[in-house]
Amino acid sequence: MTNASGSAVRMEGVTKLFGPVVANREASLDVATGEIHALVGENGAGKSTLMRVLAGMFAPDAGVVRVNGSDVTGWSTHEAIAAGVGMVHQHFMLVPTLTVAENVVLGMEPTRGVRVDMEKAVADVNALCVKCGLHVDPLARVADLSVGEAQRVEILKALYRGARLLILDEPTAVLSPPEIRDLWDVLRALKADGGTVVLITHKLDEVIAVSDTITVMRAGMTVSRFATRGTTPRDIARAMVGRDVALALDSAAAPRVASTATAVLRVSGLTVKSDRGLTAVNALSFDIAPGEVFGIAGVEGNGQTELLEAIAGLRSPMSGSILLGSRDVTSLPVRDRADAGLSHIPEDRHRRGLILEYSIADNLILGRQHHFASARGLDADRIASNASQQVRAFDIRPPVTTLPARALSGGNQQKVVIAREMGRAFTVLLAAQPTRGVDVGAIEFIHDQLRKARAEGKAILLVSADLPEVMALSDRIAVMYRGRFVTVMAGSDATAEKLGPFMTGAAA
Amino acid sequence: MIPDRSRIVENLLPIAVALGIATVVGDLLILSFGEAPATVYRLLVEGTWGNAYGIGQVLYKATTLTFTGLAFAVAGRAGLFNVGAESQLAMGGFAAGIVGLLLPAGVPALIAMLLCLMAAAAGGAAVAAVPGVLRARFGASEVIVTIMLNFVVLALLNWLVSAKIHVAETLHTPPINTGTVPRLADMFDAFHGSAANWTLLVAMAVALMSWWFLFRTRGGYELRAVGLQPDAAEYGGVNVKRVLWTSMCLSGALAGMGGVNFVLGYKGYYEEGFAGGAGFLGIAVALMGRNHPLGILLAALLFATLSQGGLAVNALVPKQLTDILTAVVILSVATAVPEVQRQIRAAAASALATLNRPTAALSVERDA
Repeated sequence: MTNASGSAVRMEGVTKLFGPVVANREASLDVATGEIHALVGENGAGKSTLMRVLAGMFAPDAGVVRVNGSDVTGWSTHEAIAAGVGMVHQHFMLVPTLTVAENVVLGMEPTRGVRVDMEKAVADVNALCVKCGLHVDPLARVADLSVGEAQRVEILKALYRGARLLILDEPTAVLSPPEIRDLWDVLRALKADGGTVVLITHKLDEVIAVSDTITVMRAGMTVSRFATRGTTPRDIARAMVGRDVALALDSAAAPRVASTATAVLRVSGLTVKSDRGLTAVNALSFDIAPGEVFGIAGVEGNGQTELLEAIAGLRSPMSGSILLGSRDVTSLPVRDRADAGLSHIPEDRHRRGLILEYSIADNLILGRQHHFASARGLDADRIASNASQQVRAFDIRPPVTTLPARALSGGNQQKVVIAREMGRAFTVLLAAQPTRGVDVGAIEFIHDQLRKARAEGKAILLVSADLPEVMALSDRIAVMYRGRFVTVMAGSDATAEKLGPFMTGAAA
Repeated sequence: MIPDRSRIVENLLPIAVALGIATVVGDLLILSFGEAPATVYRLLVEGTWGNAYGIGQVLYKATTLTFTGLAFAVAGRAGLFNVGAESQLAMGGFAAGIVGLLLPAGVPALIAMLLCLMAAAAGGAAVAAVPGVLRARFGASEVIVTIMLNFVVLALLNWLVSAKIHVAETLHTPPINTGTVPRLADMFDAFHGSAANWTLLVAMAVALMSWWFLFRTRGGYELRAVGLQPDAAEYGGVNVKRVLWTSMCLSGALAGMGGVNFVLGYKGYYEEGFAGGAGFLGIAVALMGRNHPLGILLAALLFATLSQGGLAVNALVPKQLTDILTAVVILSVATAVPEVQRQIRAAAASALATLNRPTAALSVERDA
């Protein structure tokens, strides 16, 4: 199966440098025609770069790229598209105000004279939908679509341009389980039709579910290649990290710490509006007891962000109340809530959690800068000793506290946030997407920290788009859908099959 | 804490590059006038740093530029673009002049100076408060508001001076009664005739205090956080809106204090149009000084030298030559410098990558 004639893609010795940073180091990839090939690896392993080289966005500094047997090294995106190579990016590249059909034909509109022939465009897109089993209304505005639908539009765009080799970069990051299943059906239909798919992902269950062959990347190199049949997630994880790791999936939650204490976080009747003025959180009430992890599952954009912002003091609620212990903090500013024992791991460390230009040491006091200040200014000695202590306790690498946060890897950046929020006295922790975009090794570490905090009697509100993570860590799980909890169940009872329908609102 | 060597290089090398480009352009221009570049440059240096009078003039000009440069930098660190230093400077000078006029002659000079300085700061801050509050409260672009306010404030001052309080046949107010800042020439004869005065020390002290505030206090930590990542600052418990309007006021106060240099230190009265573009040139000073108070002190000296040097070389080439050089330096700072910095950072990243490279040999498995 590795002979050149049967290969849709054959990349050999591909090296790609960004200045002095080596993104790909003599990477090789062999994709057979008509297969679904998974490209897996930790964040920063060089998966996206390798695929961008294939799609003509980057020219490699060394190595050869062959598509269907011919040498195409260093080709342009136009040439790649003309040769039937289409890429669906992690971040959608759609015009929100245009319709589905307009987006799909953008750049190669069917014309009648100088006019765009919209009827033909709609008809073409409809025909393509039917052929591939992708269901989207061609006349719907992209702004009104769900993320899953928007992604289908991206796939349609690639197919409309004649793609026979489809590259998908982390396509499931924003999808709910049923939407993921639909995507797998689409990919299998493409494969049945003779198309080839390269799927970039770091979720091992997906790899096992849908791929035929797996290539693992680590540190810019392709380190392993497996046939999916007969391979276990553990094999893949070991190849990704280079050592054995505990997977969230294997470790059942430790027995719950018996607690007779009353709730330390009480949210009652909380209603919060989104930036667009819509009701994002709808009269929500819940309590969390000490030593309890309350997990919120759900597709992103169902009010989780607004809920956490309201509890943290970053967004004023329309109505309802928030109690920390016995203290009503509903109208307190962020700083007073933090001083009252609230810690917050924000969902987006690049936007909120870190000041990327600030040093590790300065980031480790964010939100507590008033505790490090006196009339003579900030206490540099205490900031430095705090930093070296946290860097050691949370194994932040490299342990150079003067380095700007920007210079760290995603996992270590997240460790800085975790160290700051968990390395101090707190009673309630808001943990939003605590392991998003971090590597397998750091996930393990972060999960251990959360379990430890729970054992110490902290109350934890966990919001994550990663269902296995929520199931592995939570004592109780609520599914949030359109601003409400559509179900709350014990963590031990929860399965993806039970939670899935609630996440899409199919069961309510 | 002393910045390490790599950071000094990172900050100084681009400036050397900018000056290099300016020199090349300057050579071409001078040659086009049929003069020898070496002769003109020697004249430029002799006319500025070659004698005490020249040095005095450079120091005088640099003093005002330090204040306006700091004004732009403090706003810039908070993520604000203050294009209004020109009118804030003018208002500061006006306020100082009025207070000096209102104080009876018997008030001790030191107290009078202090009162005038405070008035200047308050005047500049008051002008800057308008864009600051509009930005914090309504999200109005401070760029537009400060530009427009320049016209309004300068016209208002013109009217006040020409219609209300000017000395007949002139465009200036009556001289102040007290609060005159002594000139350097009063102590050192060599500076005779130059406008340099002890406001210079105030500028240096204010630069030092700005540095301390920005990099060593909680206020500065929060101000810079707002400038870099307002969402992260908000998350960190910073009242972002308050920081926006207060840093704009602080910026205006710094620009306003610059007015003291002319009003108390040079003429002894407020005169229409004394700002003369020093507010705008402050933007270039801050850019060149990398929004860092100590860099600004040096950049102010550079632009003051070019400005004074124009007069020195006027006999051989038009004095606009130095205006062009100033413009070339600004353009180089804005275009070439980021490129040079990228190169330096890339080199540093390469060194770091070498340090972090995984040491364990990676086994390559192949399927059958």
